[in-house]
Amino acid sequence: MKKSSLAIVALAFAFSTESIARDQIKIVGSSTVYPFATVVAERFGKTSGFKTPVIESTGSGGGLKLFCKGLGTEHPDITNASRRIKSKEVKKCSKNGVTDITEIKVGFDGIAMANAKSGPMLELSLKDIYLALAKDVPADPEGNTVKPNPYKMWNEVNSALPAAPIVVIGPPPTSGTRDAFNELAIERGCKKFPGRKALKKKDKKLYKSQCRSVREDGPYVEAGENDNLIIEKLVADPGALGVFGYSFLDQNRDKVKAAKVDGVFPEFEAISSGKYPVSRSLFFYIKNAHASVIPGIKEYVREFTSAKAIGSDGYLVSKGLIPLGESERAQFEKDGKNLAKFDGKVLNKK
Amino acid sequence: MNNLKKIEYSLKKRKRQESRFKIYGLLGIATAVSFLCIILSSIFMEGKKAFLSTYIKLEVYFDPDIIYTSNDQKEEDIKFANFQKIIKNSLNSFFPEISDKGELRKLSNFISSSEEENLMKLVLKNKQLVGQKITLWLLASSKIDVINKNPDMELIAEEDRLISDLELNWLNEIRSANNIKSNFNKNFFVKADSTEPEQAGIWGSLVGSFFTLFVTLILSFPIAVAAGVFLEELAPKNKFTDFIEVNINNLAAVPSIIFGLLGLAIFLNVMHLPRSAPIVGGMVLALMTLPTIIIATRASLKAVPPSIREAAIGLGATKFQTVTHHVLPLSLPGILTGTIIGMSQALGESAPLLMIGMVAFIVDVPGSFLDSSTVLPVQIYLWKSTAARGFVELTAAGVMVLLSFLILMNGIAVFIRQKFEKKW
Repeated sequence: MKKSSLAIVALAFAFSTESIARDQIKIVGSSTVYPFATVVAERFGKTSGFKTPVIESTGSGGGLKLFCKGLGTEHPDITNASRRIKSKEVKKCSKNGVTDITEIKVGFDGIAMANAKSGPMLELSLKDIYLALAKDVPADPEGNTVKPNPYKMWNEVNSALPAAPIVVIGPPPTSGTRDAFNELAIERGCKKFPGRKALKKKDKKLYKSQCRSVREDGPYVEAGENDNLIIEKLVADPGALGVFGYSFLDQNRDKVKAAKVDGVFPEFEAISSGKYPVSRSLFFYIKNAHASVIPGIKEYVREFTSAKAIGSDGYLVSKGLIPLGESERAQFEKDGKNLAKFDGKVLNKK
Repeated sequence: MNNLKKIEYSLKKRKRQESRFKIYGLLGIATAVSFLCIILSSIFMEGKKAFLSTYIKLEVYFDPDIIYTSNDQKEEDIKFANFQKIIKNSLNSFFPEISDKGELRKLSNFISSSEEENLMKLVLKNKQLVGQKITLWLLASSKIDVINKNPDMELIAEEDRLISDLELNWLNEIRSANNIKSNFNKNFFVKADSTEPEQAGIWGSLVGSFFTLFVTLILSFPIAVAAGVFLEELAPKNKFTDFIEVNINNLAAVPSIIFGLLGLAIFLNVMHLPRSAPIVGGMVLALMTLPTIIIATRASLKAVPPSIREAAIGLGATKFQTVTHHVLPLSLPGILTGTIIGMSQALGESAPLLMIGMVAFIVDVPGSFLDSSTVLPVQIYLWKSTAARGFVELTAAGVMVLLSFLILMNGIAVFIRQKFEKKW
């Protein structure tokens, strides 16, 4: 027995000098894209003759961190993201040698705010969401100065809302859903105050830290990278509101109902047309240097970008994905085919 | 007289106290047992449904026009033939009145997509089938399976139900023609993860657990026994060995996720071993199990009376001979018990594996120590976090499989202790 264990240790050290050849695609990233990517991977594995890719759900931020660590078979080939890559991450990638990546947009997802079916029907505005959940809220009506968020009840935020305590269960900061929620809901609510908007021009850093941070004093509860858990907590507590992606709302309509945001329900049509304010794009990023080393990457990308998968009638749409327009999809299909290099500069323009 | 009364009174009080004490103990046990019963019975009630799947009887016509797309009838044609259409057509021949495209698509969702592959294999094996019409039992999709197994779900309002009223009517029509049956769910025991509940199985993660635990055992057992023997029998008692001892005890109390972080830092980032591989999982769990086995080894070495050592040394044996010929064999049952308990702890562990990428969607059953794989508790966690309704039952069934392995391993440990352990 001792001999075999020595052999294993020796084996392990032998591997440490050179990376092991791999014939299976490794994918990391967003928990929102995960249920779509697994369906594509399974179909790809069944029909293409390549091995089925391995997919980890690490959150968009965690996935990009692993993805940008370097080139070589021990690093993942593709990362899913429920937000666009940040210029900071592009820089980190290129510092580690990952300079040539391709960006593919696969569709849209709305971020729903929902509560249990037995709970009250809610109609929120972006301003309400900001006032209820931001770390600092305006101390004067114009929003020139701020104070720590004092609101504990919904009717303190907006007298039209019920007199119930603010309890919102949502994802942690590593999640792309959270990033998008901060940017699309909280920040936009923040901008409704002229004083805050003016601050953006004066001191961008302070503006970002004040308009994008969620309170940490209790009403916002972090639930981990598990949207199912959020749904179960909502069912157990009808007074709580949850934050998660549209696909989970769609799958759990028997348990939860969505709140209107700025007068619009998170429905298929409203999200794809952009009417629903809290919607975002879903992406994945390919490490192009790996495409020639790991078999099947190009074919996987072709499967994912095909009309069969993400077209308006595709099999992912029945799983809750909101599709791109046909011309945009065709563009990304072409990008995927040619592994078009992503130019990090487009991120700075915004 | 007065004193006698006092004594009588205090005696009564003491007896009451005694019986109260007993009742508290009984209450404690009763609560624990009832909680255990509630957990086990709810898991069993939910999980037993997963061992059956629903099958639908259909007349399948292997239409040569669909299968052979080219003129020379190659084998390639069969591989790429549209078997989905064949299934759709046979469903349509059972419901000839349906002609709407959207309704037909809904109807074809009755049958699991895995049957396309199965039909293809069937035709590849027996090409005579092309052009024939045969009756087959095809696996139903998870939606139909869930409704069929939980008849009370039919009573829920349409918008909250998994299937619409129209689909329910079709299902009832199939039922009245006696074309539906429940049978043993073979997929659960031969397949790995899947996005479709009816095609998902526990086998992949069972094999992953086996590979992982094998690595854990062959790494941790010899190292831990050697360390235990050294500390107990050979090492001098000084500050340095005291320091080591304290640290081993500390190590046994370290949260398991820390070992995962260590594994990520050393095995993946420094040694560049592959992510998600059982060999790395086994190494991480070996670190976690080491202190458990070392402590068990030392305890059972301590239990061997000194007279045995003294007799052996008195007869001229060296220290090495004393340990290997006498002390170690006598303490082996205790060591093995500790090892098995450490291994069953490792079997139920999932937190450290998160860090090294074993919490992942893996469809292929692993074939070696280097293939990507998950383990049993991780598979249960992954199913629990999936949206589709059919996974609820699979989760419970997975828990049942994990629990039966744990009971089996702990049973072996108890057996070894009862059978071989010597009482001095």
